Amino acid sequence: METVHAIELRHITKRFGTKVVANDNIDLTIDRGEILSLLGENGSGKTTLMNMLSGIYLPDEGEILAEGKPVSIRSPGDAFAHGIGMIHQHYKLVEVFTAAENIALGLKGKEHERKAVAAQIRTISDKYGFGIDPDKKIYDMSVSEKQTVEIVKVLYRGADILILDEPTAVLTPQETERLFDILRAMRADGKAIVIITHKLHEVMAISDKVAVLRKGKYIGTVNTADTNPQKLTEMMVGHAVSLNIERPQAKYRDLRLEVKGLSCRSGEGIQTLRDVSFQTFGGEILGIAGIAGSGQKELLEAIAGLQKAESGHIFYYPPHPNSDIAGYHVPVDKAGEELVGKTPGQIRKVGVSLAFVPEDRLGMGLVGGMGMVDNMMLKTYKDNPGPFVDRKPPKALAERLIDELEIVTPGVNAPVRRLSGGNVQKVLVGREIASTPTVLMTAYPVRGLDINSSYTIYRLLNEQKMKGVAVLLVGEDLDVLLELCDRILVLCGGQVSGVVDGPSATKEEVGLLMTHVGGGKEGEAHA
Amino acid sequence: MSINQNAVLLLIMAAVLNGVPLLYGTLGEILSEKAGNLNLGVEGMMFMGGAMGLGAAFYYEGAGGTIGVLAVFLALLFAFLGGAIGALIYAFLTITLRANQNVTGLALAIFGTGVGQFIGEYMRVTSGGYVAVSNNLKAVFLNSPFPAGLQQLPVVGPLVFGHSVFLYLGVLLAVGMHLFFRRTRAGLSLRAVGESPATADAAGINVTRYKYLATVIGGGVSAIGGMVYTMTIASCVWNHEALSGEGWLAVALVIFCLWRPLNAIWGSVLFGALMILYQRLHLSFVPDELYKILPYVVTVVVLILTSLRNNREKQPPPSLGLAYFREER
Repeated sequence: METVHAIELRHITKRFGTKVVANDNIDLTIDRGEILSLLGENGSGKTTLMNMLSGIYLPDEGEILAEGKPVSIRSPGDAFAHGIGMIHQHYKLVEVFTAAENIALGLKGKEHERKAVAAQIRTISDKYGFGIDPDKKIYDMSVSEKQTVEIVKVLYRGADILILDEPTAVLTPQETERLFDILRAMRADGKAIVIITHKLHEVMAISDKVAVLRKGKYIGTVNTADTNPQKLTEMMVGHAVSLNIERPQAKYRDLRLEVKGLSCRSGEGIQTLRDVSFQTFGGEILGIAGIAGSGQKELLEAIAGLQKAESGHIFYYPPHPNSDIAGYHVPVDKAGEELVGKTPGQIRKVGVSLAFVPEDRLGMGLVGGMGMVDNMMLKTYKDNPGPFVDRKPPKALAERLIDELEIVTPGVNAPVRRLSGGNVQKVLVGREIASTPTVLMTAYPVRGLDINSSYTIYRLLNEQKMKGVAVLLVGEDLDVLLELCDRILVLCGGQVSGVVDGPSATKEEVGLLMTHVGGGKEGEAHA
Repeated sequence: MSINQNAVLLLIMAAVLNGVPLLYGTLGEILSEKAGNLNLGVEGMMFMGGAMGLGAAFYYEGAGGTIGVLAVFLALLFAFLGGAIGALIYAFLTITLRANQNVTGLALAIFGTGVGQFIGEYMRVTSGGYVAVSNNLKAVFLNSPFPAGLQQLPVVGPLVFGHSVFLYLGVLLAVGMHLFFRRTRAGLSLRAVGESPATADAAGINVTRYKYLATVIGGGVSAIGGMVYTMTIASCVWNHEALSGEGWLAVALVIFCLWRPLNAIWGSVLFGALMILYQRLHLSFVPDELYKILPYVVTVVVLILTSLRNNREKQPPPSLGLAYFREER
């Protein structure tokens, strides 16, 4: 007997323009009481496929069946009518509204009056253990609270098919665990759950089945119990990939930067960094961990000269040309060069380079409307004497990067906005590395990247480290930080919560340091 | 003392008279901007409204009409239609075709001014060089709708009951809009469209419909301001320069009011006062031009103050000026 699936996709094809085929003839089934992971590299069409279920896109070909009947989902409203709710990667919430207003937004009828909404939110909240305040404004909420509001929103609308797009990208390990508990409770309640992700250990931890997409094509669905990360990666990438991140040892490490008692304030007068002190060495990757907004960005910007330091010092020690002493090398005889008070341009000249990959990838560092050549030139055009620019060297550099980093682009002058996320990031990180820095600071360099591209970036960072560069890496995936970094500096509320040794630290240890200075007592996670 | 008191009272009365057209212009633009559409064409729509409103009253009387209330109603209706037509062009270009809002708004400002001038001049020329309605009808537009007994109360009489009917309608409209934004579901949806159209869309709100309705109704309301100016301050005569700058002041006033209809009530009276200050509080060594920039100076100061405070509730709708396209990647 044939079972009726909650959702069945048949031969779905979606094109953007005439050239890009985002989804090519995809079949997929979604069942109740099950968590399905939709796995695939960046640009493999996961989000596009799910957006057709949530009414954002219309499929060009193929049909969607809900409970065995063909349906047409032309708008998000239609999706809700079929019980489909999607939690987008970028939360769809109105910042100046309360949780309740966001949840009831767009709904008509008496039962959605203010009081009734608040009461029902509490009921849902108690059932799954959310604990949200219906009257709290969104802009006062933490990332994880916002996500909770999104989940309550789709549940409130009666969704029993939930699609979550990269839900753990911005959560701490503890918050991720809590989310997974909620998802398991909903599965037990008979809901169908789809989670879009590229984190393999999460796929293994949470899902019952895994559907894999590669370059817009459907590869297959497997039971999580019958597979392992290695096999899944092969399905995703199409060939075997080594999943181990290397941590080669540099021959020697010499002190490169010394930050002493650094404090910063934001434009609104909020203290973003408080008495931060640490050292970083050439030939070492120093990871910086912390909950989003703990001062990671401000720290890098302060070192790069983009933020004014309120107090404290940053000393720079140039690399020793002939040093071959094994182990840590601290120049005792030489005074460092003070970076506080220097302009970003002067600091760059010294060799301190910053590659910051913001959430929207193009916000800082690259100009979306410009091609690769022009973007390369942004950092070097001042080197030309006179009013004219020489486009040849940046063009050569762009071509070299395309070659070495396997950047997929229609041409060196195509606007970088049109490249896929992974390629944009390669352009950004590649340009910083090309300026042969002595300190390379990078934040979220693999944000949203697929496995292949991520490993390329890790390899690039390791290469720099082996050349004696001091690498500062702000990351969000603790597993990666623990595997890649020599030491990890943990920030909590703008303070240094602790420094741990990469090879010996545990995830739990870092997780605790992220929420409490010094990793102390349990309790309030977000003060 | 009593002379001073009288002067202050006169200043307030004149400020209200000059503020009322701005009140409509501002309320209409607030409605449009709350849905994320920055319509810089207020100036043009006010010209269209002024000419169409005057025309409605003029031709109604010319056709033998004598009922004052009906003339006021017709003037309101045609002024609204004039602005709504202008706003509809703008809405089609910016919402359906996703044209740049700033450029389209500026084009509408120029286009609307031209249309208004054309209609006004056409009426003037065809009726022998002078458009005018009877003194009786002028009085209906300009005078207070309240009985003389109330108006003759000391101080309170003129201050509360002594204004044209358009002030009271405008205040009602402002309060109505405030309640609409704060208390109704449709108001919440409209604000969501302006704050984050993608969110509103995902919540099942028809973004296009809300944007169209807000822009077209807002344009109509703004245009009523032009009619009120022509029929009260300009005493029902078409003067091709009279309305200049009113629309731009209204755009500034929207920012000054922090997009809140209730603030528009006192804000427009304040701007009205700033506009006529040079007539009432004239200091011979200060050129008139300096007086006339006062409203803009005040707007800049308010902008600086609000951005310094950085209060999330006092910012423009985040999607203001941006076209929305669901499938944009």
